[in-house]
Amino acid sequence: MTDIERYTYDVVVIGAGGAGLRAAIESREQGKSTAVISKSLLGKAHTVMAEGGIAASMANVNSKDNWQVHFCDTMRGGKFLNHYRMAELHAKEAPQRVWELESWGALFDRTPEGKISQRNFGGHEYPRLAHVGDRTGLELIRTLQQKIVGLQQEDKKISDDYESRLRVFAECTITDILLAGEGEDRRVAGAFGYWRDTGKFVLFEAPTVIIATGGIGRSFKVSSNSWEYTGDGHALALRSGGSLVNMEFIQFHPTGMVWPPSVKGLLVTESVRGDGGVLTNSEGRRFMFDYIPDVFKEQYAKTEEEADGWYTDPENNKRPPELLPRDEVSRSIMAEVKAGRGSPHGGVFLDVSQRLPAETIKEKLPSMWHQFKELADVDITLESMEVGPTCHYVMGGVEVDPDTAAADGVPGLFCAGEAAGGLHGSNRLGGNSLSDLLVFGRRAGIGAVDYLNELDEAGAIRPSVSEQELDAAVAVALAPFSQTEGENPYTVQQDLQEVMADLVGIIRTGDEMRSALDRLAELRERVANVAVMGGREYNPGWHLALDLHHQMLVSECVAKSALAREESRGGHTRNDFQGMDPNWRKVNLICRLVSDEVDVTKQDLPWMSDELISLFQVSELSKYMTEIELSQLRVPEGAV
Amino acid sequence: MGLKRNFRVWRGNSEGEGALADYEVDVLEGEVVLDVIFRIQATQATDLAVRWNCKAGKCGSCSVEINGKPTLMCMTRMNTFEENETITVTPLRTFPVTRDLVTDVSFNYAKAREVPAFTPPVGLEPGDYRMSQEDVSRSQEFRKCIECFLCQDTCHVIRDHEENKTNFAGPRVLMRVAELEMHPLDTLDRTRMAQEELGLGYCNITKCCTESCPEHIKITDNALIPLKERVVDVKYDPVKWLGNKIRVRSSKD
Repeated sequence: MTDIERYTYDVVVIGAGGAGLRAAIESREQGKSTAVISKSLLGKAHTVMAEGGIAASMANVNSKDNWQVHFCDTMRGGKFLNHYRMAELHAKEAPQRVWELESWGALFDRTPEGKISQRNFGGHEYPRLAHVGDRTGLELIRTLQQKIVGLQQEDKKISDDYESRLRVFAECTITDILLAGEGEDRRVAGAFGYWRDTGKFVLFEAPTVIIATGGIGRSFKVSSNSWEYTGDGHALALRSGGSLVNMEFIQFHPTGMVWPPSVKGLLVTESVRGDGGVLTNSEGRRFMFDYIPDVFKEQYAKTEEEADGWYTDPENNKRPPELLPRDEVSRSIMAEVKAGRGSPHGGVFLDVSQRLPAETIKEKLPSMWHQFKELADVDITLESMEVGPTCHYVMGGVEVDPDTAAADGVPGLFCAGEAAGGLHGSNRLGGNSLSDLLVFGRRAGIGAVDYLNELDEAGAIRPSVSEQELDAAVAVALAPFSQTEGENPYTVQQDLQEVMADLVGIIRTGDEMRSALDRLAELRERVANVAVMGGREYNPGWHLALDLHHQMLVSECVAKSALAREESRGGHTRNDFQGMDPNWRKVNLICRLVSDEVDVTKQDLPWMSDELISLFQVSELSKYMTEIELSQLRVPEGAV
Repeated sequence: MGLKRNFRVWRGNSEGEGALADYEVDVLEGEVVLDVIFRIQATQATDLAVRWNCKAGKCGSCSVEINGKPTLMCMTRMNTFEENETITVTPLRTFPVTRDLVTDVSFNYAKAREVPAFTPPVGLEPGDYRMSQEDVSRSQEFRKCIECFLCQDTCHVIRDHEENKTNFAGPRVLMRVAELEMHPLDTLDRTRMAQEELGLGYCNITKCCTESCPEHIKITDNALIPLKERVVDVKYDPVKWLGNKIRVRSSKD
């Protein structure tokens, strides 16, 4: 009989990044006992890597900003494939979420009037990103962490126990979400996992689980993501009967470090460009002027003079093309390198040294200065950086209800943050991630609380985990120990990363993706054959062996969706289907698990409300929509 | 592949048993110690326990001691060593070993929980906060802290004296107190607590913490010394002393 630690909670949150912590704060504040499960120590989540800021239309720097402009920017950035309702809620609620952080102790950089300062960023019409130098993610995670501690201190006063209503289970990994009931009644009953330090198993019995596990970038060779980003939540949701939406859209951040090899992929913040940095090729040309797509021609500068004028006089000048949405900049860099105009180590040049005084660079971009100095021997106040695209973010994710964050098809399951899909459409704007975490983290917390209240009001007995389900979960977790000879998990992971980067990477073709699916099928057999050495105490080989199951499943979803979408849009670029196809704009691709196989189906994108659609000019919509859609627009009299 | 280098890595369990293990391993241009540890893990010891996350000096997870010096593996470049130098990697000495290079750092979280949270003025609504950049800069320096706990590991008050762990919270936690004390809108006074409960008096400003900080925060000069000065103000100002005596009957001094 396997020894299993057991806990009972109202709400179990998987993931302790921005979304998970914000969700946990909400459910605890509403009186529910809450567990936060984190693969790492508290405060180490990938959120700390966010540099530039949190997008929120507080209008502290430009009074013209408001939620409507933020909404429109988000839709444009996502090439109109976003779930409009999520984009609306996000734009409306982001300012409140930022101000709330301040009331919990966050210290953002200030304007001369003492308000929160806001900076420019790609795709945002006005200076919109609340920030702390270039370490905004750290400020966000630390503030939420300290708010959790504050709530625990309140609980201690009442119960003499810090953890009576809110506990963080650090270095604990969830491998299964357990369900109970049959057919229509099948719902969440708990989550199963192991303590990383001891390897002992642990069961959380809870009627609600919130997935806030972040992204999937660890499946790509050049990535800004940490070991944790193995798509756990995506895979857990699929296996529980949930669905994933638009998994083909992967954001390759245009500026990752390219040299030395050990830091390849490490992020260089977009703030470098927001604060004046420019991209040049080996001929010294600011090449981004050559790549402004038609849909953005109206919003971006055509000459260097105009672009440079924008930094000081945005009223009378258009934005520099270095600040186009990330997908555009990444593709342009790839094209320059391919044309033989790249930098010595296969990237392009990003320069801020000739644009800003050294002291300003150190003040505004302290961690970038530090990072290049210490890891690449490059002084960015004197020299250019070499940069190239790096896998950064997945726009696709668990399909959720926009208002409640409830996962489609699985009662009791909720999802927020990068793990959830929809908000960002085909491409996310910088700064919209941190605000996403807070807005939808909170909504997931509320969603779980409301679900619990309904369950309790209906007098329903809370679902309980069956021993059979539990035994099955234990068997899967122990499987890698059952063989002494087998595949090395690290080798399998490296091979997976190569397949995804080479065949389902930034530029895709049908043939390559078909061969990727063949390769993934081979890898799946190898994953089943992985063996681990050593015991269960803090054994990273074993942990990876289990994470690989998630990585495989999610990678297959990415490859199948990418093969199915026959157009190029945002974070999905196909050499064999170039350009956007308005007919595909109306389509969400949905992945489900049917008899253990990934099944991809088409589903209609929800149609925007009249109020929101009227925020756009018809001339702009006509660049994205079909003739039929345009003829159905109910445009108010006199609008163009 | 690159040059072969010799690594000695602590392999041990939570019972305190263990030994240094020798690994001969390839090292490529531009690599940091963490890259080499990954290579050992991937090719020679798949169960080698290592804690890491961002590999970019931003999360503070991969703290160890390299040739006896507390440091982050992800920020220690291989070209800072002599070509024939053997590199010894051991877990943080101040905290109990969980396994191999991973230590149990829960002490730091437990102590942090003793510091009362940020307490804004009653009635100040979110959105109405006004603070000048000059005023927030002081606390912002301390909020750069990535909680790598290298300062906690280095501080001799607890590094060499297990018995002090009960009474001394360490530089990271005391700096958190200083951060809140210098927050323009915080209303709580934690100075007495810093002295009496968190052991500020144990600090004799040897600046080891400052030297170990990968974020180059001036912990001693900007946080601990000003905090000590505030304590002196509260404790030894005759008027305040009398006031405290009258209001608070008990005294631990």
